[in-house]
Parts: sequence; C-alpha cells; structure tokens
Amino acid sequence: MRYSALRILKEGLTGNKGWKPVWREPDPKPEYDIIIIGGGGHGLATAYYLAKTYGIKNIAVLEKGWIGGGNVGRNTTIIRSNYMLPGNEPFYELSLKLWEGLEQDFNYNAMISQRSILNLVHSDNQRDAFIRRANAMFLAGADAEYATADQLRAELPFLDYDNARFPIKGGLFQRRGGTVRHDAVAWGFARGADSMGVDIIQNCEVTGIDVENGTCRGVQTSRGPIRARKVAMCVAGSSGRVAAMAGMRLPIESHVLQAFVTEGLKPVIPGVITFGAGHFYVSQSDKGGLVFGGDIDGYNSYAQRGNLPVVEDVAEGGMAIMPMIGRARLLRSWGGVMDMSMDGSPFIDRTDIKGLYFNGGWCYGGFKATPASGLCYAHLLAKDTPHEVATEMRLDRFISGHMIDEKGQGNQPNLH
Amino acid sequence: MIINHPLLGPRDAAEFIYLGDATLIDRPDWQAEDAAEQFYAYGYLRDNVAGPMQELWYHEQGDRSWLVVTRDTLTHEITSVELARDVARSRGRSA
Repeated sequence: MRYSALRILKEGLTGNKGWKPVWREPDPKPEYDIIIIGGGGHGLATAYYLAKTYGIKNIAVLEKGWIGGGNVGRNTTIIRSNYMLPGNEPFYELSLKLWEGLEQDFNYNAMISQRSILNLVHSDNQRDAFIRRANAMFLAGADAEYATADQLRAELPFLDYDNARFPIKGGLFQRRGGTVRHDAVAWGFARGADSMGVDIIQNCEVTGIDVENGTCRGVQTSRGPIRARKVAMCVAGSSGRVAAMAGMRLPIESHVLQAFVTEGLKPVIPGVITFGAGHFYVSQSDKGGLVFGGDIDGYNSYAQRGNLPVVEDVAEGGMAIMPMIGRARLLRSWGGVMDMSMDGSPFIDRTDIKGLYFNGGWCYGGFKATPASGLCYAHLLAKDTPHEVATEMRLDRFISGHMIDEKGQGNQPNLH
Repeated sequence: MIINHPLLGPRDAAEFIYLGDATLIDRPDWQAEDAAEQFYAYGYLRDNVAGPMQELWYHEQGDRSWLVVTRDTLTHEITSVELARDVARSRGRSA
C-alpha cells in the first residue's frame, strides 16, 4: 500500500478500514540467500538496499526482540556529516544525501528535519581546527559555514557567550544537518524491505553460527536452524557476543551511553547545538522536549543504564553554554549499549570465515550512518567488494596500521 | 557505583579512571617469535565480556593505586576488589 495525502483522505472518508499491518510476520524458511542478524536500523536498511538496489530478495532479518527495539530507538536522532578523515567523510556525506531523499525513496514519513547542527568554538586553536574540518567537508561535497560570535548572537541569543571559563568565540554550522524521527526509520526500512519480499522475523534469537571447514553455512536460532549462503552480523552493541559464536575476538568494547529528555517546552532551540569544550549536545524534539546527551560512562557495560556522575557531567555541560535550560525538568533518561571500537570508527567488512560478514563498531555515531551503512553493507554482501566510500572500514586495519582515528586518541575505546 | 577499595574502604567510582580488561596485566613477551601478532591481540582485540569481568581501575583522585575490580557488566554489581599489584604478583608479573 502506497502512502499519500489522497490515501489519507480516502481512508478518512471510509472509516479508516483499509489500513493494513505495515509488515508481515512470516515463519522462518529453512534456507535463504542472505541472513542478516539484527533487526535494527542498520540491519533493516541493509535488507532494504539489498532488495531494492542489488535485486537480492531471498533474505531473512533475524531479530531477537522486536525491530527497532535497540539503539535505533535509543539515540538522540541527530544526522550530520561533519567528519574530517578521508576514510569517514565521504561515507557520512553519502549518508546525509541518502537521508535527504529517504522519505520519498521508501514512502514513509520519517520526519527528517534539516534544522542545522552547530559545533561551538571556545578558543582560537579550536576555530582553526574546525575550519580545517570544514575544508575537509568541502572536499567530500558537504556543506559547512563558519559563524563568528557576533553572527551567532543574532541567531542564538540565549547562549552564554561571556562564560568566564569557556567563552563562545564562534561555531561551525552544517545547515543540512538535523534530526529524524528515529523509530520511523526502522519502520520505514522494515516496511520497504518487507514489501519487496524480505522476511523480517522477530523474537528469533541467533544462538549459534554454523561454520564448517572455514565456511559459514547458516545459524542456529531459538526458532530452529536456518541455512544461508551468506550470514551478515549487524548487531552493534552486542557485536562481541554474536561474533564469539563464530570464535572471533573483535577490536571493540561495549560501553553505555546515556541520553535525556526534558518536559515539553515551547520552541527555544532551533537546531542541534554542541558544546566544544565539554561533551554536550542538544536539540528540541517536535513534541517540545529537549533531547540531549554527553559522554559515555566509560566502563564496559551491557546494562542499558548508566550512573549518576555522567548525568551530573552532562547537566554541567548544558548549563555552561545555555543557562536558560536550568529550570527545565528532566522527564526521562535511558542508556544504550555502544560498540566502542579501537579508533572510534566503524567496520563494514568480510571476516576470515567465508560467507560471514561484519558490520559494527559504530561507537555512538551509528544513527546518522543508518542509510549509508545499509547501502554499503548491501554492496559488500552483493558484490563481495567494499562500496567505494567504505573501503577503509576494514576489520584488519589495526594490523596494517590504517586506523581512522578522528580524535587521535589511540586504542582506548572509552576516549573516542 | 561504589568501589570498595582494599586500603581506603568504599569510594565513589567517579574518583577512578577506567582502563579496561585486567588481562592487560599480562603483557606479551617482546622477544617471542610471534611478538607482533601477540601485541596486536594485546593492544586491539578484546573478549568484551558480558557477565563478571576483571578490570583495571586507577584511583586517580585518591591514592593513585591500580585496582583489579571484578564487576558484572550486565548488572554493574561489584563482587571483589584487589590491588592490581597483588594480582600481578600472584601471576608472577612483578617482583
């Protein structure tokens, strides 16, 4: 069923009796061409692009819980492509371009809102670094715009420009950045994939990966064994646990990242704003809540909840740049489990086991990458060669010395 | 989280810096034939335990001791805290 204004009008006049479930609930078949482990944003996007762009439709997406119940439903919904390194920036710019056409492409309202992202600058050195980053963004075809403090004062009068410790000297805008209704991304990709014949199988936990003589033949699940020519892991947050079923150790640690929402307020914050001296980022949802977050807690965790010292740290970051939010009351907070990789960048690659593929290590930047991650993973699965914007996202890059370390922190995952 | 320091008693985890898996105590032999592979695994690959895990915490805002904390990564429950020095000695890593 195609969604349109006409359809809404027609259904409205006929008692809304024509709406159907958005995807089927099929039982698993004994064998598929490709099994995708993980029905999150990236897994569903991979299935969607495999079917749509590469014409492979005999696919199952296996999800242990319900689709969209993991990190695609637990993030701060920001999209942007303001990276610097050549291994990253073209990939994220492709992702932003895919976001721009996504709603028309999969005929689903994901409430994509290019309301801009602003990274604040607090020192001369930081200004130079951000302008360098802007130039790197231009090289990949992205947009960037430097604004002085005077320009910002006119646009965002509520920021604490004269903060004694971290005065705001300016900021780097990416006007095409913004926010998305995150759940709708999972639903839109799921609906699109399902309509092309992909089996989305929920409540189906993978309990084993069948490897015979160095070749992956399929998986064991809570709903029985399923064979496949190719098996694609796509379970960021649980990558270590799933890869261990195939005897793999990964350059990844699982960490918890918290996020927060305040009570609904009248419109006060027009775009996404990030603090340049601490770690704090905020936007205002269409319902009015301020959605914000900061650093990961810093210790390994699969608990999907964090601790109070980081709550305090995030709140301090917010108060340092916009004291006006001090009276807003916190409504909810939650935690998500992040694949923190050894250089802060992700992996989309084959493994040493034939027929077994890996997508993960997204740190806390996976949401914005969803469409490009799906497209590039689909490309790899269909053609067995990496997509041209994902050639550096290799699992073996730490042996060969080709790290993609945006922050230059080295192999300490909790610092990325 | 409260870490029950063996010398100082219960301390807020916010006083500590987290390094990671306590297997980092077991630094490979740099003269081994396969030292390059061993150091790759030591530096970059992790078991990423889901469950009770031994890990290294540094008491930066305290007595600057290194601790081996056994903590469940699924629940954050801490079951044992030892001085890393004692753990390293028991493994023959330090005099």
